[in-house]
Formats: sequence, structure tokens, C-alpha cells
Amino acid sequence: MSLGRLAATALLLVAAAGCSRLEPWVKPYERENIADPIMAWDRDPVSSSYMRHVYESREGARGAAGASGGGCGCN
Amino acid sequence: MQLIRRSALLLLLLPLPAAAGVLPEDRADLMYHYYDGGGVTIDGPSLLVRKKFAEKYAVNASYYIDMVSSASIDVITTASPYDEERTQYGVGFEYLRGKVTYAASFSNSSENDYDADTASVSISQDMFGDLTTVSLSFTRSWDDVTRRGDATFADKIDRRIYGVDVSQVATKNLIFGFSFETITEEGFLNNPYRQVRFVDPDEALGYGYEFERYPRTRTGNALSARARWYLPYRAALQADYRFYTDTWEIRGSTAEIAYTHPLDDEWTFDVHYRYYTQNGAEFYSDLFPREDFQNFLARDKELASMQSHTLGIGVGYEFKPAWTDFLGKAAINLKYDRIRFEYDDFRDLRTTGFAPGAEPLYQFDADVIRLFFSGWF
Repeated sequence: MSLGRLAATALLLVAAAGCSRLEPWVKPYERENIADPIMAWDRDPVSSSYMRHVYESREGARGAAGASGGGCGCN
Repeated sequence: MQLIRRSALLLLLLPLPAAAGVLPEDRADLMYHYYDGGGVTIDGPSLLVRKKFAEKYAVNASYYIDMVSSASIDVITTASPYDEERTQYGVGFEYLRGKVTYAASFSNSSENDYDADTASVSISQDMFGDLTTVSLSFTRSWDDVTRRGDATFADKIDRRIYGVDVSQVATKNLIFGFSFETITEEGFLNNPYRQVRFVDPDEALGYGYEFERYPRTRTGNALSARARWYLPYRAALQADYRFYTDTWEIRGSTAEIAYTHPLDDEWTFDVHYRYYTQNGAEFYSDLFPREDFQNFLARDKELASMQSHTLGIGVGYEFKPAWTDFLGKAAINLKYDRIRFEYDDFRDLRTTGFAPGAEPLYQFDADVIRLFFSGWF
């Protein structure tokens, strides 16, 4: 199977999956560890944005520093 | 000046993190930051305050100052040491409706030869049982570039950033995320002060100087992936990787690993290591063969082939302030990073007795300190 056909098949499967309701595989009562403050992507935004500033002032690459999403699903 | 121009850039461009489905806590951070490396010292305060209303709206305001004292290698070899200050303020608003968070922010950065306005909007949505958060963002900035001592020079930069970020809960102990950003810039992208050097037998040093000339457009793409594990005991381990490429033919890779270890409910210890490598821009050279050798000329070490290594540690102490009922809790954090920058084709011109192009390669170490107080109210 060519790479293109494989990709098209995978896309169809993903699209088909979208028609059914997706059950969360990590239940709300199982999210205690994920909700721990030590698991936050960005625990101290003032500090982390400053470090991005330090690097981007001195390196050619920039962007996609990420960690802007929540994703905890704790609420 | 150059350092600050670059510094002004992405600090402005990054909107505050917006977690979909929940607004940020009411929190104030006051930080003192200090950087010392390569003959440059930068320090100053930074303040960020966030407050939400009716669990649906949140506002934030920030203020930041860089006080710079520069005797960098560029300044030593082609100009005179200088002191200057950059001031930045920002405001932001977030609105939570159901599982969607809408955010907008604006900031301004100003110094004596550079002014930048930045506006940003983003939308984040929780989906799939709140296991997935997808965020889209758009940022636009308008910069005015001038040159001290030259009233005839004025130019602009127009910058747009398109971003998408996905954060995913994979298991009850693992989260991962992906980010992609495209940055397009158009305008005067080089430093109006910096010069390149070229071979000139008529000069006593064997080389002369002319001003840099960059293309007026640049488009870069950055793709990053990250994962964070909750370890079998109460601690967290994170790994990050980012790949960057742009139309100036710079390709950069960043890899980082970080470990967080809490002790009781009061102390938190962090340690991390970061490695970065890039190749040089296609129009970069440490020494051009002659004057006006090509259309575009650069000798900015940020565009050279280089690596950096960072080792950082941090300690935080959380407590309930006894002197006030206003703060539910507070924390003091101290973080220290040591960064080594190594250049493959940027030579140290402070040395003497070498033929042009045979000087030792430049490298330097930087110390970075952040001391901040956080209060939750």
C-alpha cells in the first residue's frame, strides 16, 4: 500500500471515529496526579517567559515555545 | 541597540498561557531578573497581575523593565560601551464560555531607538472529555526602528505569527503536547549599528568594516513536542524537543529535560538541562573576501553556526503569610541558570597577533538569576 493510500485510510478512520462519541479513557476521578501543580506545563509564567526572552535574544530559532494549553481536564 | 531589539521581540509576542475550560488563578508575581554574560549586564523588575471575575472573565496586566549595561564583543570591537533601558507593559483579557476560552492581549515595548506594538488573539477549546486542549493564536506586531544620532533613518517591521497548540492527557500519569508556529516578518530586519568585516590589505588590521544588509523578509517555522510524566513517587519529569527552519536557511534544534521534586507541601526543587544547536544563515560570514561581496551581509553571532548548553536549578518555598489575610498563599522562588554559548564561525577579534580569519573562536558563559515573589489572593 502506498504512503498516500495509507494516509488516506488513516484519515478516513479518524474521520469515522469523529462520528461516534469518544469516551475519555482517563476518568475524572483518575486525574489526581495530572492535576498536581507539579504537572503544570508552565508553573511560573513570569519566570518562563523571561527565559524565552533570554534565549530568543541570542539564538536564531524562535517560536513554538508551547505549553500554552491546559489539557489537565481537572475542572 | 541590537540586543534589546531582539529582546523586545518575542517576549511581546507570546500571549499569556490560556488554559481552556478554566481561567488562571488570581495571582500576582513580582520578579527581579539578572543576566550577566559576554560583557552585557541586564537586570530589572517584572510584574504580572491576574484577576478573574464571576469565573467567566479574567484580566491581566504586566510591566517589565530591562536596564542594560553593554560592553559586548560587538560593542568593544566596533563601537563604545553604552547603558540604556527598555520598558514594556501589557494588558490582556480572557473570556470563558463553556469549554472555550477567548483571549486578547496588547503590549508595547519602548526604548530610545526602537518601539513595538503587539496585539494577539487566541481561542482554546477542551474536547474529548477534557483530555485534549486545542489552541489557535494569531499575533501581529508593528515595530518602528530608528538609529541614534541619525535623524534621517527610520524604518518599520511588520510581523505576523500563526500558532496552533495541542495538549493531550495520555494516561493518568502522562501528558504530552505539540506546537507549531509560523512567523513572517517584513521590513528592516537587521541591526542599524552592526557591521560586517571584509578583507582589506590597506587596513592595519588586514580587514575593514561595512554595515550589515539583510533581506527585508523572513519566514520561520517551528515545530515542538513535549511530554511530562508523573513519576511513581511524587515528582515530575519533562522532555521537550523543537525543530526550527526559516527562509534564511537557519535550522535549529532544541532539546531539554527537566525534573521537579517537591518536598512536603512547602518546598519545590527543579533541575533542568537544555541543549541548542543551529547552522548559520546563508548570508552570514565572519570575514567576507572583499567589500560588497554579495547582496546580503551579516556578522551577527545570533546568525552564526553555534551551540548553547544550559544547566539550571531552582528552589521554591510556599507559605501562608501570617501578616495578611489578603493572600491565601504565597511563594518565594530562586532560580539560577548557567549558559555556555559556543560559536563555530564567529571569531574573537579582541585577540591580537593573528592573521584575519585565524583568530580564536568566540565563546562565553552567562549567569541568569530570577528571584520572585508570588501571591495568590
